Amino acid sequence: MAEPGGPDPAVSELQRLVAAEQQRAQFTAQVHNFMDVCWDKCVDKPGSKLDSRTEGCLASCVERFIDTTLSITNRFAQIVQKGGH
Amino acid sequence: MQGGLGTAGSGGGARGRGSEGRTRAGPGPDALCSPQRMTDKCFRKCVGKPGSSLDNSEQKCIAMCMDRYMDAWNTVSRAYNSRLQRERANM
Repeated sequence: MAEPGGPDPAVSELQRLVAAEQQRAQFTAQVHNFMDVCWDKCVDKPGSKLDSRTEGCLASCVERFIDTTLSITNRFAQIVQKGGH
Repeated sequence: MQGGLGTAGSGGGARGRGSEGRTRAGPGPDALCSPQRMTDKCFRKCVGKPGSSLDNSEQKCIAMCMDRYMDAWNTVSRAYNSRLQRERANM
């Protein structure tokens, strides 16, 4: 029951659920992106299982991709700041 | 990255056979792994010069490729999740 003058808890709960679902969708979309790049980089011919070298490559690929994104984002912000455009 | 480093939802993991052969709880692989992307990747890996049909080795390769794709999906999911947790811990 909504308290007089306060936020409706049902609405807040719904907002929380929507936000959680959006985060899940964002996570999944990001994994799709990583898979697109990292599968090509790390997997040669598909075998009967993923060997540890391939697993390591996939994990590193995710980390380095994120590092690259952060590097570019930061440097780009600096460039924009200096350029004043 | 869209939206920067967000938090990982609990539904981020895919169910599938990991390399260790265990099944994981969670949504089935079909829900998350796009068959479209899987087709693209596995076609490139498994089919050489396209013939008049898919031969046995190509079909076997495609089947293995699907399994490995889902394994890779799990590995990538885990790595991303770990990184997100680490970044959040540093904030």
